[in-house]
Amino acid sequence: MTNAEIIATDPGWIILVKGLLIFIVCVVATLMSVWGERRLVARMQQRLGPNRVGPFGLIQSLADGVKLALKEDLIPKAADRIVFVLAPIISATTCFMSFAVIPLSGKVNLFGHETVMQLTDIPVGVLYVLAIASVGVYGIVLAGWSSGSTYPLLGGLRSSAQVISYEVAMGLSLVAVFIYAGSMSTAEIVEAQNQWWFCVTLFPSFVIYAISMVGETNRAPFDLAEAEGELVGGFHTEYSSLKFALFFLAEYVNIVAVSALATTLFLGGYHALPGLGFTESWLGGWFTVIWFLAKVVFFFFIFVWLRGTLPRLRYDQFMKFGWKVLIPFSLLWIMIVSTLRVLSQQGAPRSVLIGFSFGIVLLVLAGSSLFESSKKRRALEDALGEVPAPSFPVPAIPGKTNKNRAEQING
Amino acid sequence: MDSVALEVGRTLAPEAILFWILAPLAVAAALGMLFVKKAVHSALLLAWVMVTLAIFYIAQDALFLGIVQIIVYTGAVMMLFLFILMLVGVDSSDSLVETIRGQRSTAIVAAIGLSGLLLSLIGRANLGVEAVGLRDANSSGNVQGIARELFTNYVWAFEVVSALLITAALGAMVLAHSTSTKSRTAQRDQSIARFRGASIATAAGLPGSGVYALHNAVDVPALLPDGSPAPSSISATLDARGDMLSSKPFELEVKEVEED
Repeated sequence: MTNAEIIATDPGWIILVKGLLIFIVCVVATLMSVWGERRLVARMQQRLGPNRVGPFGLIQSLADGVKLALKEDLIPKAADRIVFVLAPIISATTCFMSFAVIPLSGKVNLFGHETVMQLTDIPVGVLYVLAIASVGVYGIVLAGWSSGSTYPLLGGLRSSAQVISYEVAMGLSLVAVFIYAGSMSTAEIVEAQNQWWFCVTLFPSFVIYAISMVGETNRAPFDLAEAEGELVGGFHTEYSSLKFALFFLAEYVNIVAVSALATTLFLGGYHALPGLGFTESWLGGWFTVIWFLAKVVFFFFIFVWLRGTLPRLRYDQFMKFGWKVLIPFSLLWIMIVSTLRVLSQQGAPRSVLIGFSFGIVLLVLAGSSLFESSKKRRALEDALGEVPAPSFPVPAIPGKTNKNRAEQING
Repeated sequence: MDSVALEVGRTLAPEAILFWILAPLAVAAALGMLFVKKAVHSALLLAWVMVTLAIFYIAQDALFLGIVQIIVYTGAVMMLFLFILMLVGVDSSDSLVETIRGQRSTAIVAAIGLSGLLLSLIGRANLGVEAVGLRDANSSGNVQGIARELFTNYVWAFEVVSALLITAALGAMVLAHSTSTKSRTAQRDQSIARFRGASIATAAGLPGSGVYALHNAVDVPALLPDGSPAPSSISATLDARGDMLSSKPFELEVKEVEED
């Protein structure tokens, strides 16, 4: 039985219970991850981090949340009131929705009913996640616009440009997964990774997804939308109290969501590490949830590690990287993957496949060495200085100052 | 998915409920889009109409189409619209002055023509007939069915449309592009200029504005070690606007001590 068939037999109350469980997991994950991030970053900076409220400071984020909720709720005079209130609601609701299609476990027994911890399995599950993510951006953009203030507007503009461009790279990185899994349903993609995880077989896709997921969630080093050194707080500068708390919640739930998607698509989802498959039947199947959460925590650790290590990129560098490096590279990779796939489907012998891969590697090496040598030549030309201007009047060449031009015009 | 497969004409109860909740909302949003004053509100209402349309597509068994509608229209196209509209600012409403002559009458004629066309098409629709071939088309999966159609029967139209779109995008870029005749001074150039300039006195940056007991705003020049005011410590914009104050009234009065 596939996941979709199992889910179809769920009675209504099981669906409600599952929805509630997913919601609780997300909220608790947010509290835990705020605490975890602060402790980890503190460790990386040789500090202790929150350690007063509760054991190891575990309830610190809960205390902070209560304090945040009790603060004064301000709406600036220049703000557009309806949109100002709508924006955090959009952000906070959409971030939970993508969890509906993520399979959190294998077959388990929930109150005497055999099911899987997945709310629904649709044939275009991964596209659904992308669609929800693109609606979620509205929250940030509208918050920036409706605040009626300069810094939030700049933050909102930056973030919309950023998320749109990194969503392209993210979508392209998923194409290779779709081609190899032969499906866009999350459950079937997990099943397709029974033997080899896609992070091994489709390593370039995994790298592109990992980079673009950081860009997509507005996290360091790509947190240009809320760059506190330049934009105060970016899109949420004017927000306070619960409305700010909703943005805060949305950011962390989004991190967990992209990590969960990465786990599902590239790290074999709820399956155990290779060689530990026997653990999947422990606790009546519930142990698979632990495997899933462990992989999500791994991705979360990477997020924190990046934040603790890397400085923020400049905006133009960031956009250049997205459009001129990530997107062309993923297009090229998709071409290679689909060629290989078609070759193997047409029953080409193994020698042809190996030869093709070898040829691609050679081409990449040749291309990179050509690029390097042309870069060296250009540097040499720059060092040699400008070519002297001819004796007759010529129009200015873009990027070059024509020293004789003023003299030519003035006679 | 077969459980949701619908036959046109005999609408299932859940779909009917969905329709009667969402359709009025969609129509209200569409009307609101026409009548609200701010452009961003219009764009938002349009985005909502697109989302409801996507939900209708999904309810009609076109799952892929519905999701793609949200990704492409709500996520990309409307977001670009918003991107432009945001630059208009929060408290400006559109000017209602007609810039093209006869715009209104032409628009009315075109609207009547279009609505006539649409009405005649909708009027010819066959209601109460079972959907022909829906099950057949979706037999190997909705996505696979669309993919097969796109890349076999309609591959030529598909490619032509993509070529058209790429041409349009390139054309827009060429039209909007202008080559600057001088290269922009970047951070690096400015840094070099500071050290290679006539004096390296300001290499570490210009002095900050003055801080006095009676005034510490940015519009009063600081004092140099010799006691003379330094206008370079004030933003050139303030100076040009004539908003620069004299630092004289804020200076500490030094009493001349007569020496014996």
